[in-house]
Amino acid sequence: MKEPLLSVHDLKVFFHTDNVVSRAVDGVSYEVREGETVCLVGESGCGKTVSALAILGLVPQPPGEIRGGEILFKGKNLLNLNEDELQKLRGKEISMIFQEPMTSLNPVFTIGDQIEEAIITHEAVDRAEASRRATELLADVGIPSPEERTRDYPHNLSGGQRQRVMIAMALACKPDLVIADEPTTALDVTIQDQILHLFRELKEKRHMALLYITHNLGVVAEIADRIYVMYAGTIAEIGNVEQVFRDPSHPYTMGLLASLPSRTRKGKALYSIPGAVPDPAYKPNGCPFNPRCPHVKESCRVEFPEMCDFGDHHYARCPIVYQERRGG
Amino acid sequence: MNTNQKSRSVLPEGGVLEAPKRTLLQENWRLFKKNRLAMVGLVIFIVFFLVAAAGVFLTSGRDPVFDPALVRLQEKLRPPLSKPNLETLKPEEVPTLGIYFFGTDDLGRDVFSRMLQGAWVSLTVGFVAVGIAVVIGVILGGIAGYFGSSRIRLGHLLASVLLGGGVIGVVSGGTAVGVLMVLFGAALVAILIRMGNPKERRSIPAGLSVLSLNLFSMDVLITGLIDIMLCFPVFFLILTVVALLPASMYNIMIVIGLTSWMGSARFIRAEFLSLREQDFVTAAKALGVSDGRIIFRHMVPNAMSPVLVSATIGIASAILIEAGLSFLGFGVPPPHATWGNILSSGKDFLFDAPWLTFVPGFAVLTVVLAFNLFGEGLREVLNPKLRER
Repeated sequence: MKEPLLSVHDLKVFFHTDNVVSRAVDGVSYEVREGETVCLVGESGCGKTVSALAILGLVPQPPGEIRGGEILFKGKNLLNLNEDELQKLRGKEISMIFQEPMTSLNPVFTIGDQIEEAIITHEAVDRAEASRRATELLADVGIPSPEERTRDYPHNLSGGQRQRVMIAMALACKPDLVIADEPTTALDVTIQDQILHLFRELKEKRHMALLYITHNLGVVAEIADRIYVMYAGTIAEIGNVEQVFRDPSHPYTMGLLASLPSRTRKGKALYSIPGAVPDPAYKPNGCPFNPRCPHVKESCRVEFPEMCDFGDHHYARCPIVYQERRGG
Repeated sequence: MNTNQKSRSVLPEGGVLEAPKRTLLQENWRLFKKNRLAMVGLVIFIVFFLVAAAGVFLTSGRDPVFDPALVRLQEKLRPPLSKPNLETLKPEEVPTLGIYFFGTDDLGRDVFSRMLQGAWVSLTVGFVAVGIAVVIGVILGGIAGYFGSSRIRLGHLLASVLLGGGVIGVVSGGTAVGVLMVLFGAALVAILIRMGNPKERRSIPAGLSVLSLNLFSMDVLITGLIDIMLCFPVFFLILTVVALLPASMYNIMIVIGLTSWMGSARFIRAEFLSLREQDFVTAAKALGVSDGRIIFRHMVPNAMSPVLVSATIGIASAILIEAGLSFLGFGVPPPHATWGNILSSGKDFLFDAPWLTFVPGFAVLTVVLAFNLFGEGLREVLNPKLRER
């Protein structure tokens, strides 16, 4: 099998605040192959965003600290690069799209200027060429009359259009990997759908890999090739859409899916997982999910569970379910 | 107005009604125009600017149109608008306007010409001093706001003291000591660079690790400096410095600039602290934009509005300080006229020739007031919270 484009191995990112150590990302491993869409799913505060920021070397240090692990991108360990080398990589080979399109654009420059800056930062092209490409990019991301729009300021655009501009900036230097951190969360549902379509279309056209971070399972079902479910700084389950949605094998994934509204349970109260996400500074011993888990056994409170192989590249970190399945 | 309403009721071709497009500047100008006092301030400012610029050309050169230095002792202390006595004057001594518009002073010099010459001094002192202050303020405030959390180590402090002290030593004559200090400083810098490199860190002797002792953060250093500077009674500090330095317009500009940057540094620091956390700064970082570019292209333009306001008001106070210095005799050296020294020489004839004090006094008052009103107007436009009260 080919080497993955990006492989994060046992990454640990801790935050030091007021003498306590928050283990925001606590031994996370994942892989993104060329041209693949990988989704990191999990609720707020489970370490999705921090692990993505760590890839670009944008974790603020201090208070953050990368305690261990490696991030291999095209065979290089990104954690060993210095600031200059990282700067050359950001936007050129890996770029990132942020959650809030309303605040991710600089209010005092036209969007044309901002896209051009993304190009000029990494490539030796003159302004005319850069502005031609900016117009082209805006057309690519589906903004009508792009020529005129380059002279607009961010406040002239709607949220959906701004997110398209952000995508255009991220794609400006044809990166191999785009990290999208909840890019549709701040948008309403119809726009969300348009943006997802755009992502799928662009990914095919440009053959780039996409690391998509979200908490929205509907989005995941629509675009993911592979899913990593995260819980409290660890990976709970790995699989493709079919495996995770039809055959969830970690109690946390089961709980998430059960809390989705569905037609068959119309009128009934929505299910919710009891309890709350643990404070990353005071995680329970053993399996981090054990205080909320309906299948909890004594061993769960003591031992950190192993990743169990459910076959055909479907993994979950729950030996209890694994044994039940094998026994039954 | 009428045609406007008509065109609004009928859809333009294509059937699309578009909201009127305004740039930010047009929008701000619309808001600014609503503030009458600020508009008055702006008009006075423009008039003052034009007069001062014209004044330079009209009062300088070998044969100026208005000669501010021409002495006519027989015509001394003439009141404003009085006609010159043509019998006693040579043709080239007759004032250009035919009358003494603002009267003459105790040496018979035309006060109008002197005011023209002085306007340029006030204008340049105001702008250059504030320009210096804003540049220092933006740089120091920007460093404090953006790199504020980085620590200053004992080694850094020692190195900068050695290098700075050495350079001062060389310049002020103690060459041997100075060169020695610079050499030590350079050696220390080399050691610090090697210590910063993780691969070579092991080869450094353990005793030197005391150099990497954290002292305080950059922010503490710069805000401390700001607080110290704010503690000085600025006018007396300027007086002392100006008394020690040779009197010239440039020294005054520099001294006023060096003692009035604290306000803009504070504003920039505060703005940077909040801008640093903004998403677009993170987004720019994620695109691989360098720190310098982020500071000067992304953050400074976003942080400039409070600085612009304080700079406008700062120009007024710089003009006032310059006038004060000239009044006390520490300003621009005579025979060059400034509003302050016209005022100062006029005070001896307060009852015989009141126009000598009133004319420059009123000019300073008007210009300072105009700048303050303009600054207040700008503040209202640039700070949405103050609008429409």
